[in-house]
Amino acid sequence: MEAFVKETSKAIVIPNDDIDTDILIPKQFLKNILRTGFGISAFYPWRYNEDGTKKMDFPLNQKEHAGATILITGNNFGCGSSREHAVWALTDYGFRAVIAGGFSDIFFMNSTKNGLLPIILPEADRAILRECQADEDVTIDLEAQTVSFRDHVFHFEINPTWKEKFLKGQDDISLTEQYEAQIEAYEAKRPVFK
Amino acid sequence: MTTMFDKLWQDHVIAGELGDPQLLFIDLQLIHEVTSPQAFEGLRMNHRQVRRPDLTFGTMDHDVPTENIFNIQDTIAKAQIETLEKNCQEFGITLAKIGDSRQGIVHVVGPERGLTQPGKTIVCGDSHTSTHGAFGALAFGIGTSEVEHVLATQTIWQTKPKTLGVKVTGQLPHNVFAKDIIMGLIGKYGVAFGQGYAMEFYGPTIEAMSMEGRMTICNMCIEGGSKTGMVAPDATTYDYVAGREYAPKDMAKAIDYWKKYKTDDEADFDKIIEFDVSELAPMITWGTNPGMATSVRGSLPAIADADDQKAYDYIGLHPGMRAEDIPLDYIFIGSCTNGRYEDLKTAAAFMKGKHIAPNITAWVVPGSRAVRNRCMEEGIAQTFIDAGCEWREPGCSACLAMNPDKVPAGKHCASTSNRNFEGRQGAGARTHLASPAMVAAAAVAGHFVDISQQAVNA
Ligand code: SF4
Repeated sequence: MEAFVKETSKAIVIPNDDIDTDILIPKQFLKNILRTGFGISAFYPWRYNEDGTKKMDFPLNQKEHAGATILITGNNFGCGSSREHAVWALTDYGFRAVIAGGFSDIFFMNSTKNGLLPIILPEADRAILRECQADEDVTIDLEAQTVSFRDHVFHFEINPTWKEKFLKGQDDISLTEQYEAQIEAYEAKRPVFK
Repeated sequence: MTTMFDKLWQDHVIAGELGDPQLLFIDLQLIHEVTSPQAFEGLRMNHRQVRRPDLTFGTMDHDVPTENIFNIQDTIAKAQIETLEKNCQEFGITLAKIGDSRQGIVHVVGPERGLTQPGKTIVCGDSHTSTHGAFGALAFGIGTSEVEHVLATQTIWQTKPKTLGVKVTGQLPHNVFAKDIIMGLIGKYGVAFGQGYAMEFYGPTIEAMSMEGRMTICNMCIEGGSKTGMVAPDATTYDYVAGREYAPKDMAKAIDYWKKYKTDDEADFDKIIEFDVSELAPMITWGTNPGMATSVRGSLPAIADADDQKAYDYIGLHPGMRAEDIPLDYIFIGSCTNGRYEDLKTAAAFMKGKHIAPNITAWVVPGSRAVRNRCMEEGIAQTFIDAGCEWREPGCSACLAMNPDKVPAGKHCASTSNRNFEGRQGAGARTHLASPAMVAAAAVAGHFVDISQQAVNA
């Protein structure tokens, strides 16, 4: 997993509350063999017309928003089914962080497993962030636990375990790899019957 | 003094304190085409290797076609199957491909190959991994991120559950089987009685049971809410394992070690349930979860709550009906619950010299290539064919209908599989779970019958 220390980027604002995993990635896209390739289907129902053409008023389709890695959204983000694909859709699109009023538990856990930084900020802070224009940057400093925009600096809370994981770019596997010596010791003494 | 589960757990802990997640070593990971592709992709993206390809084994089962197994029409299924082949090749994992004599449903293949052994921790990206617990192994299903974790590290973080002893006593009545025991248990205690527990099945009835029967029970224990179920290994277990492809050559030495996997005293369990089978009747399900089970002799139960109402609406039946009045259209014999040699042999005994009823379409799908071959050598396949059944290639088939074997909407199917959820066997399909003998007898009669009153000796 790529480490997350500081990110300065354009941001996309999709202010709705309760964006569920069916919106993030509808179930017809689940029968895939890759973790990549979901990006073009992210927000599918809101992003495309029924005939598959792009809705040009949706930010993910707009040129001026291209390259944005920060998503600013509402409360209860990522509710619905447990599909890990919802996170894969956002990371594959290019998002590195989501700033929301809150996240569903499963989505939150899944994003920590996949390097998508979930940041919780209160409505008052997000109201200001929502003013972000296509040519403006937002900066996330994980070490300092701050989100900066224009001359505002917002502080956010994060569990120290997750913070450490993101700062070092550790996924669950790299955490476990710290136990390599113990795993090897175990392997050396485990009974094997031939 | 401690339980078999405690011993299995303790013997695999690498790190972590009791009560917190603990790091367990995994002795065997089984993989298949549907839940593994993203795990391998994750490895690739992070430049990781499979730590122990020698402790990993792959097969193809969930979406293989069973009419012509070499002709995969569904492009996604085809991509998943080809991807598994490519991944196993790249990472050096043994794979039982389509056409391979070892291919079949992952939970049939593991035991059949001798990979499943007492004392092992076994995982697979499939909830019915509990099946392998029948050998005195600690076996449970995991998600795709965890599949990747095990591939990379051969370990997994888990929090230890409590233990539930399920003591099974009494002589099984004529034509009542292991499937009826587990359905009877779930029918009586519901679909959540095992939640938070590791189950161990023991008692005289279990001791007298074949490995196939024990596997059927452990397979479906997850339908009772438990993540894992197990039976202590004994002579029946050792006899089953001995001589198989991956079995220890020095069995005596292995058995000497495996012997310790037993519960010292039943008082060591956190909770105990006792289940007397001497009055048990053949079971069927009437509704849309495995807890909605009833004796074939009774009438369908009254509506107790909104879930019952919803289930009756979906299944198109009503309370008070007799089981034999359920208008069956299809029968499915197969799956990791009941697709083994013994299951097919038992079912065939009920079809020998008979023909299925005109209202029935019958699919018989062996759990593995080895099961299929043996049934063909011994004339069991011919019995099914002569009776008018379709004799298929090995795979999961109509158990979850990810391949073309789908029961049409509104049609009733008597099935030897493990789940009767809405849409499980196809959109709108109505599933009734039962034992292989019950399903075979239903195919002949055209409806469910009480086989405990029939003379047929399975
Ligand atoms: S037979 Fe059914 S339950 Fe068993 S592994 Fe296949 S799909 Fe899962």
